[in-house]
Amino acid sequence: MASMQTWMRRGLLALAAISLALPAFQSQAGVDLPKLEKGKGEQCVEETQLMRRNHMDFLKHHRDKTMREGVRTTKHSLKKCVECHASDKTGSVAASKEDFCVACHAYASVKLDCWDCHATKPGKKPVQQAAPQGASPLLSAAQPATASGASK
Amino acid sequence: MSQPMQHSPQQEQRRDFLKAGTLVAGMTLGPGVLFYGIAHSRAPEEAASSAKRYGMLIDASKCGDGCSDCVTACNTENGLSGKTGPQDTQYIRKLNIKDLRTNHVQELPMLCQHCENPPCVDVCPTGASMKRADGIVLVDRHICIGCRYCMMACPYKARSFVHEPLTDQNPEVPRGKGCVESCTFCVQRVDRDETPACVEACNAKGHQAMVFGDLKDPNSAISQALASHASTEVRADLGLNAGVRYQGI
Repeated sequence: MASMQTWMRRGLLALAAISLALPAFQSQAGVDLPKLEKGKGEQCVEETQLMRRNHMDFLKHHRDKTMREGVRTTKHSLKKCVECHASDKTGSVAASKEDFCVACHAYASVKLDCWDCHATKPGKKPVQQAAPQGASPLLSAAQPATASGASK
Repeated sequence: MSQPMQHSPQQEQRRDFLKAGTLVAGMTLGPGVLFYGIAHSRAPEEAASSAKRYGMLIDASKCGDGCSDCVTACNTENGLSGKTGPQDTQYIRKLNIKDLRTNHVQELPMLCQHCENPPCVDVCPTGASMKRADGIVLVDRHICIGCRYCMMACPYKARSFVHEPLTDQNPEVPRGKGCVESCTFCVQRVDRDETPACVEACNAKGHQAMVFGDLKDPNSAISQALASHASTEVRADLGLNAGVRYQGI
């Protein structure tokens, strides 16, 4: 009888050990990275890894330049991010859990409040950012659109 | 006040020298100013400059009876609801002012006056309320804490507070709950060398009651109109040097 009980105890202990160890094995394999939809265009305005680490700094710098000084370049503009990264399904960067911004921010558990004020969808009429250069008849042939640098 | 009225010979000489200097400066500046007026449109990477000051001239006598095209155009451009309740945003609104002695009623559009010395900027505790180099008064919503002190300071009641969460904003005009906002002279359009939506709508209607332009450019339509016709600012007694001036009030 005694040996039976001992074996049962050992069995239970082994079970407990396995059940405790299982999550550890899983975490070694890693939690699935968010699956992001590919943006439009060939490549982003910066290297992907650089963008992952530093997009918030680029955006913040650009936001202050635009808001306070009226600089309207498109390279690090939030509006241009949205134009390339809006989902084909929802047409937005933050409408569903799979959409570009939300998917990653949920994974990283970082709250983002850009979308309290900013539009999550590209504008209906595409705004021509190069308009100021082309606006003057004297400068119309000076430069083609700068859009190639902005399409990501 | 205590300066002597008579000039010494030295002062006379200095005056002649200055006159001649001004004449030469005028000749050399002339073509430059003209070139600036025709060819200069700000590139996207160029910051707004204090060489310009944007302003508006509104001829209230040309403002159509009951016409609110400027208000509608503003609402469309900036994604406003168009409601006129006490908690709704209005960047521009039509006012009726009545002279109580004569009962004469005059309509006029009222908007942010883009003062040179804006009280809203003076009182803002965070620096969110700001005047851009070219004289456009704006709210930086990134650092606005929604205290509404600027709304109390503004003598024109030009500012509104967003009370409810918003969705489907115009991509060019971010707006959201918890911030104060007001007319921006359609800064997104001005940066593309276009006129504000209200001015465009007024011209499209044929009223031509609003002129928008650079107050520092003597050749601009607004500067010439201001030089040739009497105009006034609302509450001129406050010494704010409003960028919006009125005729016919």
